Amino acid sequence: MFNKGSELLNLCKSENKKIWEIIIQKEIEETQISYEELMENMNSILNVMINSANAALDKEITSVSGLIGGDAKKMEDYKNTENTISGSIIISAIAKALSTSEINASMGKIVAAPTAGASGILPSAIICVKEKFNLTNEDMIHGLLTASGIGEIIAKNATISGAEGGCQAECGVASSMAAAALVEMVGGSVDACFNAASFALLNIMGLICDPIAGLVEFPCALRNASGVVNAMISADLALAGIKSIVPFDEVVDAMYKVGKAMPESLKETALGGVAATPTGEKIKKQIL
Amino acid sequence: MKDYGIFDILGPIMIGPSSSHTAGAARLGKMAKEIAADDSFYKVVFYLHGSFAKTYKGHGTDRALVAGILGMGPSDERIKNSLNIAKEKGIEVEFIEKDLGYEHPNTAKIIFSYHDKDDFYIIGSSIGGGNILITNINGNEVEFSGNYPTIFVKYKDQKGTISRISSILAKEDVNIATMKVSRERKIATMVMEIDNPIKDSIIDNIANLDEVIYITGINPIGR
Repeated sequence: MFNKGSELLNLCKSENKKIWEIIIQKEIEETQISYEELMENMNSILNVMINSANAALDKEITSVSGLIGGDAKKMEDYKNTENTISGSIIISAIAKALSTSEINASMGKIVAAPTAGASGILPSAIICVKEKFNLTNEDMIHGLLTASGIGEIIAKNATISGAEGGCQAECGVASSMAAAALVEMVGGSVDACFNAASFALLNIMGLICDPIAGLVEFPCALRNASGVVNAMISADLALAGIKSIVPFDEVVDAMYKVGKAMPESLKETALGGVAATPTGEKIKKQIL
Repeated sequence: MKDYGIFDILGPIMIGPSSSHTAGAARLGKMAKEIAADDSFYKVVFYLHGSFAKTYKGHGTDRALVAGILGMGPSDERIKNSLNIAKEKGIEVEFIEKDLGYEHPNTAKIIFSYHDKDDFYIIGSSIGGGNILITNINGNEVEFSGNYPTIFVKYKDQKGTISRISSILAKEDVNIATMKVSRERKIATMVMEIDNPIKDSIIDNIANLDEVIYITGINPIGR
């Protein structure tokens, strides 16, 4: 039905539909799933997302290796001091993104969106914006479906794997998906969704994947935190009417080429970046 | 260009931290148990190859594999405690880092030991996004994903066996999606992926054929 962003955009325009409506139509056509079953699955996904984004806010969750933990609670407590630089919605988004990352690293239940390593970004983004604008669960699901459309195009034309494209392909793609979701949730246009998705991706183009000891913990959790903020500012850029000079499909293509050009040491091998620092090496020896 | 659906991008719902090291490992363990089709094992040895061998402790791959052989799926919250659960059930588990030759980096050889019969093993890989590929069953080279209902049959190689098996499936109104047959010393191995869920009657009817030595049917394991 569509392979490129431009094709999805044209479909939306010619059929006068939102991205999420086209995504539902495509899923039903291709998999023969019923509308009710599709929504049931979306609700299960949403519930797991909400739980993981909140579970580490009021108690300290420690990862299996012991490397990270307790940071989501620190951020949530910090938010309540009401004296932060970024303001409460940004701090709250950071806390929720860290929460899901910590739940993931502690072997708790999460939704890979698009991957486990980047699973903190999308839940945090949609929950914070739902709360701020008093939206419904249905609005969140429309956001998630919009995000899924963006993710699908990137997966088809580039990659969503850190081993193939660096962290720009995991946290970068999650940010891009989340940015489009947020624009949709607050009533932005389909064009604005694609602009937001482009901004989020190009804001962090070149982001390497360098997990210490190869574990999805440090710096992964921090990058989920910055990823959700990236999604929010990208959505605001697009909603303000700013356009991406380079179209979405070309940004996706550029991201893929950058990923291919990165040395293996910077793509999930734990041989470069912070994983290869003296401290990173020391921790690796201690844990593994 | 691979096609993706909503739930390839938003999903799987899984126990962290890694879709290939944890979700894929749990599916691999569960698939191995389904293929072995006999829960009376007292010991399971996991030979871990490549990246599985290097990072299994930090990623919880060991717990996910054990959870799988205990029948848990990739989103089961008991995965974290699976090593203790295995101990409580009196099942011995062992992990050995080993180079299994030219295999996918996330590969495991899983050997089930029984008191009253020979060991049974499978080799399989976690190939990304929670997907798996089974490549060997007890020395028979195979290749299937477990995403479809799969029937595995070993039989004495005789003319007409394939047609006898396919007519049983036709009578049950089952469509064959893929079929692969290989042969070694007059013993044939057939792996079939079918479009419909596997029913006991299909397995029983094929098992009743004189030439059939072993058969098992595996329904898909959720991602």
